[in-house]
Amino acid sequence: MAWVNAIVQGVLTGGLYALFACGLSLMFGVMKVVNLAHGDLAVVAGYVGVGVITVTNIPVLWSVVIVVPVMAVIGYFLQRTLIQSALNRGVLTTLIVTLGLSMVIENALLQFFTANSRGIGAGMTLVTGSFSLGSQVELPYLLLVIFAVAVAVLLGLQWFLSRSSYGRLVRAVADDQEAAQLSGADYRHVFGIAAALALGTVALGGMAYSMYSTLDPTAGTDTILLFAFVAVVIGGLGSLWGTLVGGIVLGIAQQIGAQINISDELLAGYLVFLLVLVLRPQGLVSRRAQS
Amino acid sequence: MSVVTKAGPRPAESFLVTRSQRNVVWTGVGALIVVVVLALFPYLVYSGTTSLMVQGFIVLTLASMWNLLAGYAGLVSVGQQGFVGLGAYFVLIFALHGLSPFVALPIAAIACGVAALPLWWLVSRLRSGYFAIATWVLAATLMLFIERFNSLGGGTGLPVPGFTGMSPTLLTAYTYWIGLAVTVAALLAVYLLLRSRVGLVLTAIRDDEVAARSSGARVGLARLLVFVVAGIGCGAAGAVLAISQLQVQPSADFSVSWTAEMAFAVIIGGLGTIEGPIIGTVVYMVLQQTLASYNAWYLIILGLVAILVALFARRGLWGLVDEHLRVRLFPVGYWLRLAGDNDSSGRRG
Repeated sequence: MAWVNAIVQGVLTGGLYALFACGLSLMFGVMKVVNLAHGDLAVVAGYVGVGVITVTNIPVLWSVVIVVPVMAVIGYFLQRTLIQSALNRGVLTTLIVTLGLSMVIENALLQFFTANSRGIGAGMTLVTGSFSLGSQVELPYLLLVIFAVAVAVLLGLQWFLSRSSYGRLVRAVADDQEAAQLSGADYRHVFGIAAALALGTVALGGMAYSMYSTLDPTAGTDTILLFAFVAVVIGGLGSLWGTLVGGIVLGIAQQIGAQINISDELLAGYLVFLLVLVLRPQGLVSRRAQS
Repeated sequence: MSVVTKAGPRPAESFLVTRSQRNVVWTGVGALIVVVVLALFPYLVYSGTTSLMVQGFIVLTLASMWNLLAGYAGLVSVGQQGFVGLGAYFVLIFALHGLSPFVALPIAAIACGVAALPLWWLVSRLRSGYFAIATWVLAATLMLFIERFNSLGGGTGLPVPGFTGMSPTLLTAYTYWIGLAVTVAALLAVYLLLRSRVGLVLTAIRDDEVAARSSGARVGLARLLVFVVAGIGCGAAGAVLAISQLQVQPSADFSVSWTAEMAFAVIIGGLGTIEGPIIGTVVYMVLQQTLASYNAWYLIILGLVAILVALFARRGLWGLVDEHLRVRLFPVGYWLRLAGDNDSSGRRG
């Protein structure tokens, strides 16, 4: 039963990883930007959440309503200024600028908020509670909610990109920037919208992470960015639902690794990543035609 | 990067292709003098200065390797700390078997080059940004793998044996000399590599990858070679690190801050030139020494400077020097001169 429990926990944490990963995948899909500051922005969202809750004393779940738009606005302006001017200069500059941004954010958080770890909602039933299936399988409320949010976010993105007229614009710009520009679409604004959406999902990921685990300035690169990336590659580059598949595979691998030896949790996840890289480099849910 | 001012057919004999506009011999003699003076440092300065310079040597070696990867081969690796850590741990492993750490250093460097082969096979499947994070994941995996071995100190690390019986003065001097030797070897290797046929391919990739491929350049092979050379260089730097720290520690040796340091030294100095990393390392060390007391501020400022340079001075500090003086300390490119024209009308390098 311990193994069944490990797999169930793995599937549920996969939802959290999908929340980390879908923003990374979206920004790569639309703008061809691999944002190395992705994880740090999630951590920023967590800190904004901590700040909002401390200052206003509003309930934890309501703070999400504030944090997500705040991060979306930050995403729009970040894209229109820093990332766009890096994009104009080429892929290498984009990588360097986002790497620099990652370092600036991480150390600014260290400077202003110290290395102490924080959490959100400690003591809430939502965060600590769970219900049991049988004697061994525990289903924490929080992970169930996060998983549901992840599925809802992916459904929403899917609907937005494939059904709405603005989503059509985003896809047009992703396919051919110049042709879209000639047809009157301002690609820079569309890029800004895509970045706002991506950072909105990042904000959800960051808030979920600070409830699920504890938040500290280094979590962005050590954990969130690498997990997001591994989930994207396992699932398949450029596939939205692939991020959920990748997240679930990563989650299960980690939980099974932890079941074998508690210190092998991370290693097991990365080994599965390398295995996928060797056996199926296009990812489990491949959409070759689209990339 | 190439500048062609006049188009149209010209008689072939009116071109003159040279490596450099000035006499290379003087640069060679100058470099030799610098190395000799640096080698005398342990006799001249306090040990605090030499250990600071060992840090500088490590950063310079790493920066030249990262420059080779990103500046020439177009491979942005965020996982070179994997090789730093491997180099350090190979020294530990050989030292635990009774070898002197100084003898272990070259073997450790070669071992890192060998390890680079299977790692390249893994990460070369991904491109650009995804390649970057894949190398990072790989470095994290290597660290987690090494932490599993309790005989290597597990998660806390071990002191490197084999230094007992050496006087502290002698140890400091030896460490300094081996650091200097590794740096000189790294710069020389980069210089010779870029002057070879592979260097021509690499310069072509740097300038325009698609054009290089369509001209029949073996881009994949050149990249593999660069990845292996960078593995050897970063491994050697890691070995110097283990010797200068007298211990290995997984989270410090495999820290991503190594890659941040090497990348930012290269960006600030100038990507795609040999001189850039040297200037960048000097700037980096000066920034570090002046701002070190402000803790995280120094990394914040370093990150901001790197962003600004990447956006507004893309060829770095050396690019600014080069624009005004048109000098090459390490002539690896070609100058194209027209007969009867003393000024160069185009250049590659």
